Amino acid sequence: MTLTKTSEGKSLTGTKIDRRSWKLPIAFAIVSVFSGVLFVGFAEDAPTGFNLSTGSDLIQLPVVHLPALATGIVVTILTALIALGSAFMISQDRTVPKWIPIVGAILALTGFLTWAAADETLRVPELLAGSLVLAVPLVFGALGGVISERVGVVNIAIEAQLLAGAFVSAVVGTLTGSAFAGLFAAAVAGMLVSFLLSVFAIKYLVNQIIVGVVINVLVSGLTGFLYSTWLTDNPEQLNNPEGFSTLAIPILSGIPIIGPVLFKQTLIVYLLYIIVAAVAFALYRTRWGLRLRAVGEHPKAADTVGINVTLTRFWNVALAGAIAGLGGAFITLSQTGQFGKDVTAGAGFIALAAVIFGRWDPIKATLAALLFGFASNLQNALSVVGSPVPSEFMLMLPYVVTIIAVAGLVGKSRPPAASGTPYIKG
Amino acid sequence: MSEPTPQKPEDQNSDEAVVAETAKNSETNQDTVRWTNAFREITSGNAVLSLLAVVLAILIGGVLIAFTDSDVQETAGYFFARPGDFFAAIGSAVGGAYLALFQGSIYDFRRDDFLSAIKPLTQTLVFATPLIAAGLGVAIAFRVGLFNIGGRGQIIVGAAFAGYASFAWDLPIVIHVVVAVLMGILGGALWGAIAGLLKARTGAHEVIVTIMLNYVAYYLISFLLRTDLLKNPGSNNPKTPPASETAILQPIFGDGFKLHWGFVLVVAATVLAWWLIDRSSLGFKFRAVGLNPHAARVAGVKVERIYIYVMLIAGGYAGLAASTEVLGTTTSGFTSGVDAGIGFDAITVALLGRSTPWGTFAAGLLFGAFKAGGFTMQASQGIPIDIVLVVQSLIVLFIAAPPLVRAVFRLPQPGARAKKVVS
Repeated sequence: MTLTKTSEGKSLTGTKIDRRSWKLPIAFAIVSVFSGVLFVGFAEDAPTGFNLSTGSDLIQLPVVHLPALATGIVVTILTALIALGSAFMISQDRTVPKWIPIVGAILALTGFLTWAAADETLRVPELLAGSLVLAVPLVFGALGGVISERVGVVNIAIEAQLLAGAFVSAVVGTLTGSAFAGLFAAAVAGMLVSFLLSVFAIKYLVNQIIVGVVINVLVSGLTGFLYSTWLTDNPEQLNNPEGFSTLAIPILSGIPIIGPVLFKQTLIVYLLYIIVAAVAFALYRTRWGLRLRAVGEHPKAADTVGINVTLTRFWNVALAGAIAGLGGAFITLSQTGQFGKDVTAGAGFIALAAVIFGRWDPIKATLAALLFGFASNLQNALSVVGSPVPSEFMLMLPYVVTIIAVAGLVGKSRPPAASGTPYIKG
Repeated sequence: MSEPTPQKPEDQNSDEAVVAETAKNSETNQDTVRWTNAFREITSGNAVLSLLAVVLAILIGGVLIAFTDSDVQETAGYFFARPGDFFAAIGSAVGGAYLALFQGSIYDFRRDDFLSAIKPLTQTLVFATPLIAAGLGVAIAFRVGLFNIGGRGQIIVGAAFAGYASFAWDLPIVIHVVVAVLMGILGGALWGAIAGLLKARTGAHEVIVTIMLNYVAYYLISFLLRTDLLKNPGSNNPKTPPASETAILQPIFGDGFKLHWGFVLVVAATVLAWWLIDRSSLGFKFRAVGLNPHAARVAGVKVERIYIYVMLIAGGYAGLAASTEVLGTTTSGFTSGVDAGIGFDAITVALLGRSTPWGTFAAGLLFGAFKAGGFTMQASQGIPIDIVLVVQSLIVLFIAAPPLVRAVFRLPQPGARAKKVVS
């Protein structure tokens, strides 16, 4: 494949290689064909309702009804147009504006929802709010992963950090009777897991992936052991934490659709907004971020200009653990209400997927985590209305998407250069 | 993420250098040299460190058991009045736990006759069977420098293949079991090859791909277990029908013992793995790529092809583990939880075995013993089986960091002496 590409490029422009990527038109052509077969060919001729407001909203929007068959036809035509249009633009060597794939994705999603929920009514705000709740631990974990990998330490142990945070926040939250104490303790627990990772990865130079995998097993065994010996004996006094109550932000929560989704949440979610913004800003705009990235990309150069590589890695991995630990606290304090054995259920690995799918960037990783949260909540929502797609395939989606992403089909994802290699001074 | 390289203790090279030097100095007597080398290997080499790592992990496990024991907590309340009680309570908690572990995994001396006393040992072998097979899958991939975390997915797909062949097909007596085992190997190999193919064609990192394929396999089998393809038609549970009598790996020592012919298969598979890695030309290429893929490429090895081959083989070994599980150990049908943690345990088994076939075999036996004994410990002493996970992961952590173990046991650090000479 590469051979033909190179020869083609040579014949066209002499020595230059053809850099045009045809992935976008091809992807939308596939979407269009898919939509034509599924949303038109197998459509039920019944309207789908989209309920855009919750009962308690100030501004009540009407329920929107879309006819399933007609929507399918419109989506098929529009995605075909996007495919043709973008193909034309690429052939003219023009860059395709970024909003085009986004609009196309929204169209495809609308088509899918209309088809899957035909003759039913989807409650959109509940769907989105549920997605956010499922995505919060993923976002915390992904941020921890981004920081850790950006500083040059591969963090497979996100799952362990989440689990440690979940366990400790349940116990401390119950013992002290304060959710804040539980939240703080969860950050400390995540940090302790990070210390373990650092000691073996940075001091003893053990392969970081191995340490990560083993720490996952260790924390799973440790929390499982303590849960079975301590917490099950005395759940009332050890595993009954006080959760955070929902806080509505006065004006913002009144915005239709996104208001109740984003601004009627618990304190941890607001904390998450702040942390995402802070990390995204600081990583690219502060001295801390510059040093962190320098150590992750080229530790020797960083060392030469006087940055202490070992200490930078140590403390930033600790910070990453603290953030991931907060995600664990959210699981016990807001999602489940108490700790259970392996309560994280692989969330750490989805967070890892979000890190890669988000190309090691805090904002993109957050969006990826939100997408994965949406995919798993969509599965819940569709199983309620009775969808034609088996729920397992919806649950599979984040993992398949990640495989496609790392295989480079969505765009080249390049990890930080020194991620995974220990730095030996000398 | 960079290329993961199989874990090598950093002192191994210096040890080898010392050994080589000793060999050079006393060329006159080959026998003496051989004995000196063997002695060195045992005392200062990896074997002692591995043993110490196991001891250290078991000690920490003991601390955990003592810490959570209610008698120990009670006696700690009046520790200064009667410290003897406290230590007695620790002794009975930890001693009882590890005694139960021994009785459940090796030899139960409370039994009257030898045959029933030795039964726990056969139970250990039953648990070790899939661990060794799946561990070999991880170990072989390690030798090429690939980190195969996909044991879970490969076992699930292998189980689906082997299971389907075992209940859906109707074949003569010996052929059926052979075909079913091979189908399991095929299923695992195909699932493993996806990661190898993606690595070879696109450079996709195999750690991420195998982790993700684990979940894809899990949801795939969950779906298939709801369809008539794998579900028992007579029931609503997401569980397969039991394997046909002709497809079952029969017990070796009769019906009283659970140990089945799967163990013999795994012993043969270990020999095959040893031959493959240490004696075959393909294994030579495997090791060459593992040591330095660039150099191997220059030497004419088709590195991409090697990635695909090794993941096929690694997946095949995981598939063998699946076959022994669904055709030998639990023949009454399986659910989506068929992997039962074997896929992840396999990683620790391979790491403990230092990625050598016989090392992996020994590590599989050890972890099989932990598993068999762990269930007895849980039943008789009320200590959750999770403690086994803790001890296992600690063993691997300690083995991966020899300087830490040396520091704990106050052994001399290699290189320290050399530095002094230099300065």
